[in-house]
Amino acid sequence: MRFMMFMYPEIEEKDWVPTAEGVAEMGRYNEELRKAGLLLSLDGLQPPSDGGVVSFDGAGTATVTDGPFAEAKEVVGGYWLIQARSKEEALEWASRCPDSNCRIEVRRIFEMEDFPQEVQDAYEGP
Amino acid sequence: MVRDVGLAEDLAQDALVAAMEKWPESGVPDNPGAWLMATAKNRAIDRMRREKNYERKREEVAHDTGLLFALERSDFEAAADDEIGDDLLALIFTCCHPVLSREARVALTLRLLGGLTTPEISRAFLASESTVAQRLVRAKKTLREAKVPFEVPRGAELDERLPSVLEVIYLVFNEGYAASAGEDWVRTDLCEEALRLGRILAELAPQEPEVHGLAGLMEIQASRNAARRGPNGEPVLLLEQDRGHWDPLLIVRGRRALERAEALPKPIGPYGLQAAIAACHAGAIRAEETDWVRIAALYEALGQIQPSPIVELNRAVAVGMAFGPEPGLALLAEIEDEPALADHHLLHSVRGDLLEKAGRHEEAVSEFKKAADLTQNDRERELLLRRAEGDG
Repeated sequence: MRFMMFMYPEIEEKDWVPTAEGVAEMGRYNEELRKAGLLLSLDGLQPPSDGGVVSFDGAGTATVTDGPFAEAKEVVGGYWLIQARSKEEALEWASRCPDSNCRIEVRRIFEMEDFPQEVQDAYEGP
Repeated sequence: MVRDVGLAEDLAQDALVAAMEKWPESGVPDNPGAWLMATAKNRAIDRMRREKNYERKREEVAHDTGLLFALERSDFEAAADDEIGDDLLALIFTCCHPVLSREARVALTLRLLGGLTTPEISRAFLASESTVAQRLVRAKKTLREAKVPFEVPRGAELDERLPSVLEVIYLVFNEGYAASAGEDWVRTDLCEEALRLGRILAELAPQEPEVHGLAGLMEIQASRNAARRGPNGEPVLLLEQDRGHWDPLLIVRGRRALERAEALPKPIGPYGLQAAIAACHAGAIRAEETDWVRIAALYEALGQIQPSPIVELNRAVAVGMAFGPEPGLALLAEIEDEPALADHHLLHSVRGDLLEKAGRHEEAVSEFKKAADLTQNDRERELLLRRAEGDG
């Protein structure tokens, strides 16, 4: 089963770019994940001010809001996509993350067989 | 810690046997390598105490190197990176030792490295729990009696024993891959377990091209998982799969593994070549865009290093697609008397296909009928009979 581990940095946006030391430490952690055969992919995200938000009004109209944003909390800073044997194993690995100024949310990824048959049929197409 | 290599091996062997006895109840520890070394160390100390030479031997402990070296290092975490990695690798090689039967290797690998329980292994391989339990007990005994050294083979011996490790991992993968989706969760898990072992091995033995070849092959095959079954669970052939459902992440990972294999000084072997063939299919956005000329060449290379009628059969398909039905039929004529293919439906269905393309409809019908008689699979029989009637 696959899990997405979302990392929410608990820092100010001005501190977004990590230090060399922090990167080296995280690199070792990522290497451990790789050696354990868990790591499928990972990325770190640029600060939210460089991005934008698209919101919908429920009637088919999309509104684009560009950064910077006043509030930078509760945004994703990066993710790991891993394959683990259980949720417990994924949580255990998440808790070994060397960065203590963050929160990590571990979410299981939907696989096709998790859906009801009618949803699977829709995916298969006509 | 122990100067006597024989004794060191015995101790490691004891540790492995202890692991086989203890892990079924307590579960496989987080880091099996570290656990084994700790156990081996404890047993070494026990034995030394019994020998009443404890104090003197203890002196040696501080200075000696060898099998249990890592435990004496203060920076245990750093040691974990290399020596324990080696220990894990030694465990893989021990589980896949050629003194064991193929079934025993698979069971032991899943038990000790995959952390599956005996009931899970028995469900995965449709064997009774007692059969699997016995298999594990016998494997344990065989390893002990053969005094298999607990180590990573080097040089020529590594080349000799690596195929057995790769074979076990690929067998586990295929056992899962061949199972129908969702039929039994354990079987789907086997694919993931094999992929994980393959990925671990790629990090532990990165200098071996076949290790990356196998990892690449499994990644790309697994990328097709969502496209391999139709709405009613029927198998969908590669060329008819909806390629939009292939998992691009796994394809990228498979390609990367293949690139790693190709970048090494040693030539790629059968797994690397099969991965290259799989990558060719993965690279075609539509089935019609498949590079059959390259696939035919890859099968030819595969046939040279691992001659097999099944490889030749696949080559005939590729040649037929690349150069037309006649050269494909010519290749089939060379292998039609192979005993391995005598009762194989594939020979007939492939020939039927090539004959049909060559416009020899009546001969094609007779081949499809022969294939339908020989296949064990009901759905495949239906498909072949439909083709015999000129449909599909």
